[in-house]
Amino acid sequence: MRSHSLQTLLAAVALIASGFASAEAPADFLARYEAEARQSTPGFSASAERGEKFFTSTHGGEWSCSTCHTKNPAARGKHANTGKAIEPMAPGANPERLASTRSVEKWFGRNCKDVLGRACTPGEKADVVAWLMTSPR
Amino acid sequence: MNARFPARALRTLALVVATGAAAAAMADDENKQMNIDHPVYRSECGSCHIAFPPALLGANSWRAMMAGLDKHFGSDASLDAGTAAVITKFLVANAGRRDTSGTDGSPQLRISDTPWFRKEHRDGHDGITQGIFRSEAVKSAANCAACHRDAGQGDYSERNIRIPKNGARS
Repeated sequence: MRSHSLQTLLAAVALIASGFASAEAPADFLARYEAEARQSTPGFSASAERGEKFFTSTHGGEWSCSTCHTKNPAARGKHANTGKAIEPMAPGANPERLASTRSVEKWFGRNCKDVLGRACTPGEKADVVAWLMTSPR
Repeated sequence: MNARFPARALRTLALVVATGAAAAAMADDENKQMNIDHPVYRSECGSCHIAFPPALLGANSWRAMMAGLDKHFGSDASLDAGTAAVITKFLVANAGRRDTSGTDGSPQLRISDTPWFRKEHRDGHDGITQGIFRSEAVKSAANCAACHRDAGQGDYSERNIRIPKNGARS
């Protein structure tokens, strides 16, 4: 029991610490994913237009990103299975978005598998981040 | 001091005891506050759905759930190993005492498939109407908060149940 509480405490502290320590900005994610994309595609530059198309299209499966998040990143979405509300994706409408590596990587990791059946490429992530940063216009 | 005082005191005491016993008997159904009090569990498992009370499944069901997060009811809900271990410990420590294995012996994962849930949520029970779970307002039996308005805080007391009328929010 003691080790359970201790572990819980450590995990909670780690979660909070990752929130503070990161203090990342949306532009940090754009720069990071662009740099990663340039390793395989020299001269890559993120495109908000490509990001929007990627976000709102299906990719061989039943769902697109916008199935749950809607086509407007500044709007609240709704989980396709459970009906639970999802806060807006655009950092301009929800300051908690694009603010922590742990959270951004966790959700890209999960949701790309749900929508594409594979991990997203750095270029795809850069495009989506670029698009989310333009909203609300 | 007069001689009637002890008798009156006894009657009062008896009333207090009786009220207490009735309250204890009712607490089970009327005042159900479930333990979901774990910050990591609530934040990690309360994003896509509310943080369900660990007491609603047995320990084996929770272990099986946490071992299959990459295929979690049609979604990828993967967690890093450290976070998953912490959450599993909380779930197992607060799991229901009753085993929730299905008829084939494998652990049930869907709370709404368990005999207890099906009995408590049968058509006609406590105002539950046929088809309410598939209605637009409820959508899924996983959406506890559609009727248990404070389910997000672990409050499943009967006084906080509001069943949407004809599938529309009341």
